[in-house]
Amino acid sequence: MGIEEDNIEIISSIRENAKKLLSEDQVDLVIGYSEGTVPLSSTPVIIRKAEDVDKLTWNNLCYMNLARYLAPLMPQLCDREGNALRIGIVAKGCVARAINLLAVEKQVDLKKITMIGFNCNGIVNRSKIDLEIGEKEILEVVVSGDDIIVKGRDWEKKFPYDQYINELCKVCKVKTPSTTEENCIGECKELESIHDEFSDIDDFEAKSAEEKWDYIKNILEVCTLCYSCRQACPACYCNLCFVDQNKPIWFGKTTEYRDIFTFHLIRATHLAGRCVACGACASVCPVGIDLNFITRKLEKIVKERFDYTSGLDAETLPPMMDFDMKDAQEFMLEED
Amino acid sequence: MTETVLEEKKVEKDWEPKIIAFLCNWCSYAGADLAGVSRIQYPPNIRIVRVPCSGRVNPYFIIKSLVDGWDGVVVSGCHPGDCHYISGNLVARRRFAILKELLEFFGIEPGRVNFMWASAAEGERFAVLIRKATKIVKELGPNKKFQREWC
Repeated sequence: MGIEEDNIEIISSIRENAKKLLSEDQVDLVIGYSEGTVPLSSTPVIIRKAEDVDKLTWNNLCYMNLARYLAPLMPQLCDREGNALRIGIVAKGCVARAINLLAVEKQVDLKKITMIGFNCNGIVNRSKIDLEIGEKEILEVVVSGDDIIVKGRDWEKKFPYDQYINELCKVCKVKTPSTTEENCIGECKELESIHDEFSDIDDFEAKSAEEKWDYIKNILEVCTLCYSCRQACPACYCNLCFVDQNKPIWFGKTTEYRDIFTFHLIRATHLAGRCVACGACASVCPVGIDLNFITRKLEKIVKERFDYTSGLDAETLPPMMDFDMKDAQEFMLEED
Repeated sequence: MTETVLEEKKVEKDWEPKIIAFLCNWCSYAGADLAGVSRIQYPPNIRIVRVPCSGRVNPYFIIKSLVDGWDGVVVSGCHPGDCHYISGNLVARRRFAILKELLEFFGIEPGRVNFMWASAAEGERFAVLIRKATKIVKELGPNKKFQREWC
């Protein structure tokens, strides 16, 4: 079955479930994806009436993680007394993982959230397509069969789906929400742990420190410190981010490599064991930095060291919120 | 050989690493003190910062030290189970494990940042470990990666 038919099926199931939730008054609003205002984009939408469900859509450019809207409880999501509304949310696997993570960290109340689950068929790497198209104007994007066809005024380009799929989606094992049927309508499947392959990261780690430094410097150097990755991240919900702290100003505001390095390294330490590998940060990056590479490394550390995969359930504590006397400490300096 | 090259050689030969050491107040700082009063020799390359607990050491402290040009960083706390705040060093241990791997991933030599446990009664052990850390950093050479581009 092609991507096109997949998408049509997913859209109809999302709309049907959203309609059911809204018309039976199980939720007050539904957060989902809608068509973007320009081609090759999609935008989040909040729906309050059952008649509006046709606004909801799904395509392979819905890269945003909708859980981002839950963490900093927005005024739109509360009633007049400030109590949280009952929310329905269109959840691909990684959105559900992020919701589970927020629930573990006591940022959301799972009782008020109903996920609309479906079997996600992967996201296309937008920046890769953007780079190939260059500055030409895109007028229309059509998905036909297994290809994504981008059309302009007098040109047309075909992008085979399996070559342009996001690296994280390629290895993703959590396509449907990993949650119980209590708070999910539609497809869901409970997962206890997933086995993952990290051969790409292993290859990279075998290199010398100098080579690693050059490679990472090469991919990060173009960063403009716009913090789009932070804004798109469902796990970055601090009221005051360390980069905005100005008492004291620790973090340099230049775009020299020392500041870029600090930002990405600190962000990585903050996300260790919490990152849900949704790839939203890499998708929104305006200069197309391959942040998925760092994401994969984080997944690897947490999997190998603590045998943990974030967001699979709403009970297990993330490793950085927990501790154990028996943790490995082979990296500590010891007497000979 | 020109004079400047000779001079550079001399500088490299005489170069001594500067290491910043974050020591926990209850064990390692007292351990360092004990090493001092017991007249145990250890290298003068370390500059000590006293922190309440190894759990107080934010990964940012370590990264900031490296970025600001310190050649090495040492973090030392109480042995697991002996923490004055019961679990501070256990929390810190997980943090350090991840930070160490990430630093390596980003291309910093693994020997630049060293973590150790030393109790208040272990002056000798403290001196030995500091000697070892200094030796490791000395072999790595000066930390030049973060020099400002306009310097």
